[in-house]
Amino acid sequence: MSAPFYKYDFFGFETGLLIAFIIGILFGFTLERAGFSSSRKLALQFYFRDMTVLKVMFSAIVTAMIGVLLLNLADILDISKIYLNPTFLGPQIGGGVVMGIGFVIGGYCPGTSLVASAIGKIDGFFYIAGALVGMVVFAEIYPLIADFTQSGGMGDATLGNWLGLKPGIVAFLIIIMALAMFAGSEVLEKRFGGQVAAGGNGALANASEPVEEPAPAE
Amino acid sequence: MNSDKSAYWNPYLAGFVLGLVLLATFVIMGRGLGASGAMMRTVTYAVDTISPEHVDNNIYFAKYAGGDKNPLSNWLVFEVVGVLLGGLLSGLLAGRLRLQTDKGPRISKRGRWGFAFLGGGLMGFGARLALGCTSGQALSGGATMALGSWAFMFTMFAAAYVVAWFFRKQWL
Repeated sequence: MSAPFYKYDFFGFETGLLIAFIIGILFGFTLERAGFSSSRKLALQFYFRDMTVLKVMFSAIVTAMIGVLLLNLADILDISKIYLNPTFLGPQIGGGVVMGIGFVIGGYCPGTSLVASAIGKIDGFFYIAGALVGMVVFAEIYPLIADFTQSGGMGDATLGNWLGLKPGIVAFLIIIMALAMFAGSEVLEKRFGGQVAAGGNGALANASEPVEEPAPAE
Repeated sequence: MNSDKSAYWNPYLAGFVLGLVLLATFVIMGRGLGASGAMMRTVTYAVDTISPEHVDNNIYFAKYAGGDKNPLSNWLVFEVVGVLLGGLLSGLLAGRLRLQTDKGPRISKRGRWGFAFLGGGLMGFGARLALGCTSGQALSGGATMALGSWAFMFTMFAAAYVVAWFFRKQWL
């Protein structure tokens, strides 16, 4: 095995930063090309009108997951040297709830707000400003919630060792689930996708004809 | 209006390409992609510039910039600079570079900006709590089959679907 290359000392920290920059360009370009620079396109996911988020995310997860397993089988990639997000169920579930609500209200996730801002989305600028404030608030109150941020710790738990199944079996189940969700997405888009009203300056509408209406009384 | 060059990619193709970028990151670096971590480091840098004492006295800020540590000397920070450039490049080539506000037809621009700021605030807070965002947890942790990342991903989507109805006037 000789990968991950960085972990086998093929190059140092500073070369890694250059690689980070190049990978970032590819990441940002792909996010923008997927349509993720439009908050409305992202948010319509939650009304079953546009299932792009789900399709892109699960296609990406399945592609990378299969790639990692195959490269490991071929004795090229050492999985144990890939960073595995540690499991702390308390903050991850708590943070998931907060972020789910924030996603519907804000319309972006942090990564997509960056590509949106990069192409001039003003709501993206406000989103980033809000996110930076939210992070400062988190740091300021961190001492009060430090215990909660460590709760439900399960270390390097994976779906495989939680379910008692081999990684290949888990991957197979994820692929089946993804295919089922893709099929469901196509059905939902056929059913609800036509109900999208012309937006303001949204990507789904003609951007040269902004529709200005008074804000709803909420 | 919709010439070929301005069309978005097919979602499955975009996902496949994104998966290859993520796979390349695993193979080359032994780590995944991210976004919110770099935002945290940027804001920490700003706080550190204004008041280094405050950073040293807060255990969370201090993790990133305590003492002589430069919070910007980090893999994710350089990746995110690339993300901004990559997004810009794609928007430029597709003719999507324009100051505008994304929203549904039933909300004013100012209303949308307020919601964007509020939602961003929740996401910024939540991403620090959850130890990562959609990129670092859901995408990268999802592909490595980390248990907590999958718990995060399902909770986030479930919460979004539960509250979506209340905010429909912003989008529909």
